[in-house]
Amino acid sequence: MVTVLARAGIWLAVLFLAVIGVALAADGGFAIHMGIVALAAMIGVWFTVGGADYSAIARGILKMPDQSTYDDDPVRWGVIATVFWGIAGFAAGLFIALQLTWPVLNLEPYLNFSRLRPLHTSAVIFAFGGNALIASSFYIVQRTCRARLAFPGMARFVFWGYQLFIVLAATGYLLGITQSKEYAEPEWYVDWWLTIVWVCYLLVFVGTIVKRHEPHIYVANWFFLAFILTIAMLHVVNNLDMPVSLVGSKSYPLFAGVQGALVQWWYGHNAVGFFLTAGFLAMMYYFVPKQAERPIYSYRLSIIHFWALIFLYIWAGPHHLHYTALPDWAQTLGMVFSIMLWMPSWGGMINGLMTLNGAWDKVRTDPIIRMMIMSIAFYGMSTFEGPMMSIKSVNSLSHYTDWTIGHVHSGALGWNGMITFGAIYFLTPRLWNRERLYSLRMVNWHFWLATIGIVFYAASMWVAGITQGLMWREYGPDGYLVNTFADTVAALHPMFALRAFGGLLYLTGAVLMVINVWQTIAGKLRREAPMHDAAYDPAADRPILAPAE
Amino acid sequence: MSMHSTYDMLRHLADSYGLLVMLLIFVVLIAWPFRPGARERNSEAANLIFKDENDG
Repeated sequence: MVTVLARAGIWLAVLFLAVIGVALAADGGFAIHMGIVALAAMIGVWFTVGGADYSAIARGILKMPDQSTYDDDPVRWGVIATVFWGIAGFAAGLFIALQLTWPVLNLEPYLNFSRLRPLHTSAVIFAFGGNALIASSFYIVQRTCRARLAFPGMARFVFWGYQLFIVLAATGYLLGITQSKEYAEPEWYVDWWLTIVWVCYLLVFVGTIVKRHEPHIYVANWFFLAFILTIAMLHVVNNLDMPVSLVGSKSYPLFAGVQGALVQWWYGHNAVGFFLTAGFLAMMYYFVPKQAERPIYSYRLSIIHFWALIFLYIWAGPHHLHYTALPDWAQTLGMVFSIMLWMPSWGGMINGLMTLNGAWDKVRTDPIIRMMIMSIAFYGMSTFEGPMMSIKSVNSLSHYTDWTIGHVHSGALGWNGMITFGAIYFLTPRLWNRERLYSLRMVNWHFWLATIGIVFYAASMWVAGITQGLMWREYGPDGYLVNTFADTVAALHPMFALRAFGGLLYLTGAVLMVINVWQTIAGKLRREAPMHDAAYDPAADRPILAPAE
Repeated sequence: MSMHSTYDMLRHLADSYGLLVMLLIFVVLIAWPFRPGARERNSEAANLIFKDENDG
C-alpha cells in the first residue's frame, strides 16, 4: 500500500509540474509537449490506483500465456511495439523518398521533408531498433542468466517510458522542435527524460545479471551491456545543453564550433557503433545459434570481436568531418581507426556465418535462418563499404552525396532490419506458446521482398552518389564548375524513383510480417504446403546397399 | 593551469603512457581467451544457451 501511494504521489507530482508547464509555456510546442506529459502522468495515476488488474486485462486482449519461468510481458509488448514502429518508420521513409522524387508532396509546414526526415530516422533507429533491442535484451538476459528480470516494475517503466520518449521526439519534429543534431534531434527536456529511462534500463539489466544462476555471463550480454553503458555516456555528453527557459523548448549546446562538431560525430558514429552494431550483434550471438541449433562457430573469436570492437569504434567518429576545420591529425586518426575496424567486423561476420558450418542446408529449408544469414552478409558488406568510404580520397568523392545514404541503408535495412525480422519470427511463437508461426511461406515472401528492395535501394544510390560526386567536381577548360546544383538534381531523378520503388518493396515485406505476427498471436496456423518437399520416387525408395546374402 | 597547458599535458599523456596503457589492457584482454584451459570453458560457454529444453 505504501508503494502504491508513493508511486501515485510521483505520478501526481509529474502531472502537477506538467500542468504548470502548460500554463507558463514560453512557446506553443512546449505547451503541447507538456500536455502529452500530463496525459501520460494521468494514465500513470489511473493504472497505479485503479482497482483493476490491467496487466491481466492486457494479457487477455493480447492473448498472452500465463506467467511462466520468466517475466516475458515486457518482451511481448516490445515485440508488438517493434512491429508497429517499424511500419511507421518504413512508411515515413517511403513518403520522404517520394517527396525527393516529386517535390509537390512536400506538405507545408508539418509534413515537409525537413521535419519528416528526422521523424523517419528516429522512428526506424530508436523506435523500431530500440524496441527490438530492449525486448530482445530482456528476453536473452533472462534465458542466459536463468533468472527472472530484476525490478519487474522498473522494467515496465522502461518500456512505457521509452514509448513516451518516442512520442515526444516524433511530435516534436512535426512541430519544428529540434536541436538540429543528426540522430540527437530531441530537445533538452526529452533528453533528460530519456536519461532517466535509460538509467532504469541499465539497473534492470545489471540487476538481472547480478542475480543470475549461471556462473558464466554469455557473450550476448557483454554486447548488450556495452551498448547500454556507451549509449548512456554518448547521450549525456552530446546533450549538455543550457535551456533558454525552463518552460521553453529551446536550448543551446555547451560545445561550440569545431569542438561541437567533433562531439556530435563522436556521438553520431558511436550511435552506429554501439546502438546499431553492438546491440544487434548481441541479438546475432543469441538468435543465430538458437535458430540454427548449433553453438556459435568460435566463442573465442566472439570475445576478440567484442574487445576489438569496443576499443576501436570509439575513435572512428572524426571520419564524418574530413576536409573540415577539424585538425588534420584528428581526421587521419578517425580514418585509420575506421580502417582497422574492418578486421573485427569481418571476424564477427565470419563467426556468425560459420555457425552454419555443416548445416548450410538450413539456408535452403528455413527462411528464418536465411533472413539471419542475409543480415550477417549485409553486416559484412556495409562494414567493408564504411571503412572504404572513410578513406579521405574516397570520401572526397562520396561525402555529402547519396552514396552515404545508400551505405547507411544497406546497413540499416540489410543488417539491422533483417536480424530484427529474424528475431521477431523467432520470438513470436515462443512468447505466445504457439506451435509455429502462422505462415513460413509469408516469411519467405518477406525475405525476397526485403532483399530485392535493398538491392534497388543500394544500387540506385551508388549510381546517384557517384554521379552527383563527379558532377559536383567537374571543371571546364575555363576553370569554372560545369554543372549547377540543379543540374545534378535533374540527373538523379530516375535514381530517386528507383530508390522509392525499393522502399515500397521493403515496406510491403514488412506488411506481410504484420499479418504473420498478428495471426500467430491470434493462434491461427495457415494451412499451406510445406516449403520443401521431395517428390516421392518409388524406384529410389530402397536401401542404398544390397542386403547381405 | 591555463587552458593551453592542460591541453598540452593531456595530449602528451595521450600519445605516450596513455596509449601504452590502453594497448597493454587491450593485448591482455585479447590474450585472455587463449590462456591454458580456456578451450573447455569456451565450449561450455558457447553451449550454455542449449542447456534448457524449454526456454519458458
